[in-house]
Amino acid sequence: MNVDPRAMKTQAEQALSAAFAAARGTLPGKGAVATLRDDAFQRFDAKGLPHRRVEEWKYTDLRALMREAKPLAGPADAKPKGDIAPILTGVETNCIAIVNGRYEPGWSDFKASDAGVTVAELFKFLGENPGYRLGQVPGGDDPAQWLNTAFMSGGVALRIKRGTVVAKPIHIAHVFSGAGAAAMYPRSVVIVEPGAQVTLIESFSGPEGIDYQVNSALELVIGDGARVDHIKVGCDGGAALRVSTLGVAVGAKATYKDFAFTIGGAVVRNQTFVRFGGEGSEGAIDGASLLKGRQHVDNTLVISHAAGHCTSRERFKSVLDGESHGIFQGKIIVEPHAQKTDGKMMTRALLLSDEAEADNKPELEIFADDVVCGHGATAGALDEGLKFYLMSRGIPATEAEALLIQAFIGEVVEEIAHEGIRDALMFGALKWLGSRA
Amino acid sequence: MPLLEVKNLHVEVEDKQILKGLTLTVEKGQVAAIMGPNGSGKSTLAYVLAGKDNYHVTEGEVLLDGESILEMAPDERAAKGVFLAFQYPVEVPGVATMTFLRTALNAQRKHRGEPEFSTPEFLKLVRETSKHLGIDQEMLRRAVNVGFSGGEKKRNEILQMAVLQPRLAVLDETDSGLDIDALKIVADGVNRLRSPERSMIVITHYQRLLNYIVPDVVHVMARGRVVKSGGKELALELEASGYAQFADEAA
Repeated sequence: MNVDPRAMKTQAEQALSAAFAAARGTLPGKGAVATLRDDAFQRFDAKGLPHRRVEEWKYTDLRALMREAKPLAGPADAKPKGDIAPILTGVETNCIAIVNGRYEPGWSDFKASDAGVTVAELFKFLGENPGYRLGQVPGGDDPAQWLNTAFMSGGVALRIKRGTVVAKPIHIAHVFSGAGAAAMYPRSVVIVEPGAQVTLIESFSGPEGIDYQVNSALELVIGDGARVDHIKVGCDGGAALRVSTLGVAVGAKATYKDFAFTIGGAVVRNQTFVRFGGEGSEGAIDGASLLKGRQHVDNTLVISHAAGHCTSRERFKSVLDGESHGIFQGKIIVEPHAQKTDGKMMTRALLLSDEAEADNKPELEIFADDVVCGHGATAGALDEGLKFYLMSRGIPATEAEALLIQAFIGEVVEEIAHEGIRDALMFGALKWLGSRA
Repeated sequence: MPLLEVKNLHVEVEDKQILKGLTLTVEKGQVAAIMGPNGSGKSTLAYVLAGKDNYHVTEGEVLLDGESILEMAPDERAAKGVFLAFQYPVEVPGVATMTFLRTALNAQRKHRGEPEFSTPEFLKLVRETSKHLGIDQEMLRRAVNVGFSGGEKKRNEILQMAVLQPRLAVLDETDSGLDIDALKIVADGVNRLRSPERSMIVITHYQRLLNYIVPDVVHVMARGRVVKSGGKELALELEASGYAQFADEAA
């Protein structure tokens, strides 16, 4: 067997190999799952952590950013008092808590009033449903995803049965809990059957000051005629490193709306892989990031149109203060037979300091001839003309800036259909603005 | 004491001298028209009074009630009663007109140590004023000036002026881009705000606006200075003779 002749393993890569060798026999799941793990780890081991010469990871050099691999997180203690995702306080949800990478019913607050909603621990689900094979959604061919597959420790399988319209949002809350740094690898599966509708929140939170690591993955299967509103809320502690992979398979005549809100974490990468596999679907993949200090946040999208007559819209906005670094990579692929595809991508970065950096990399790969696709990107400072207009009406400089930043973010947060979530995130943005001054 | 005294004002914009010793006095309650050819410095005067960045005063002073305002930020000047109706009002995406008006009014009142307006008082004020200006409630809910026509933007400026109740209003080419019907609505809105307590500087290139907003005095600007002052009949003379004579005089 030929192995890539690559440089000596980094300290983190060596630690990952050792951790896998040690944990391999005790990680949950037997048979097919164990084979999946071995295979994924081999693929990871051959390539190592992605670095700047790996095009997809160009701006997030994980080999440099992840100096060490933390030990695998152990089970959580009892739930502490208070909300586990404070930014969403006031939003009524059914909450599924995934703590340190394991489903914790004791931390959850799930009162499934809908008969069409079932929740099961991931490996229990896989054991009972041998027909469901993990990794059938797009995004599998990625080093972070291989690591997740190798180390996945738990999560849930959530199924929304055919035609069920779920009233309350379902909230999958990923939490890191503990006094020392560790790594967690949650993996969940959400299956939304034909005609069903659900608003799904995924949140990430953890303590300040602990450099914990998260490598999460979510598989989302959206059936024909279904609608999913997925809102990812990143409120990690300021020292955390998180990579989240979202793979979405969209059926025909479905509606898929995604929003990634990122405010916390030291290094965050949200990578989203979407495949439109049936005709007549609509997708909107949006996001907003508010960054300061030395935060590094990368939103990477790969939108693949494998069937015709689908519409996709991507709109990402970032506000960058301090020495923060915001990255957007968006690729739209239109396969040869996916005629009448309508895909548009827009990113805007607002730089509040001279030291902040925004990188945009839009890509279009179009193999069909009857499509409408486009992209646009801007990056710049606050518009002095607008600020003067507001100040000339008596609004002081800091208040004028806050109003303009709020408006900038508001334009895209408005895309969230659920009013309560929208308001909660806008309120979070306001608090962020307040903390700037 | 006059409300506004501009004395020997010299202003540079991007190293180019635009105002070259402008002197102007506006009495309380007076409506002063400033006319002049393009490039004479009319809009520069408007921006300098409002406090725009990058307009460097190299000499002279600007006194409001005898107090120099040149060191004040634009918001402080606004709180002191200076208001500029922009020639090209900017669009402010994402900020609803209502929110904008209320934020501005309350910021000014706070600065002056006055209590905030109550919501019913504020709504009543805005509703009545907007009705006179033909601004419907839907427009107030929309983002400031976004998707507004030229005429709607100018009416929105006058609405802001009516809500903020300035003591010195500077109207920069408020007539530009307006058809005659829109011009009448705007002029009517301005006339409604005339009062012995409020002074106005009406900047215009054409005499037409002054048929509707009749000034107490007319000043002619050329090459960065006031070169002639007179009564309202001066505007009519200019309409007949043009600005060429002043260009020569100033040379």
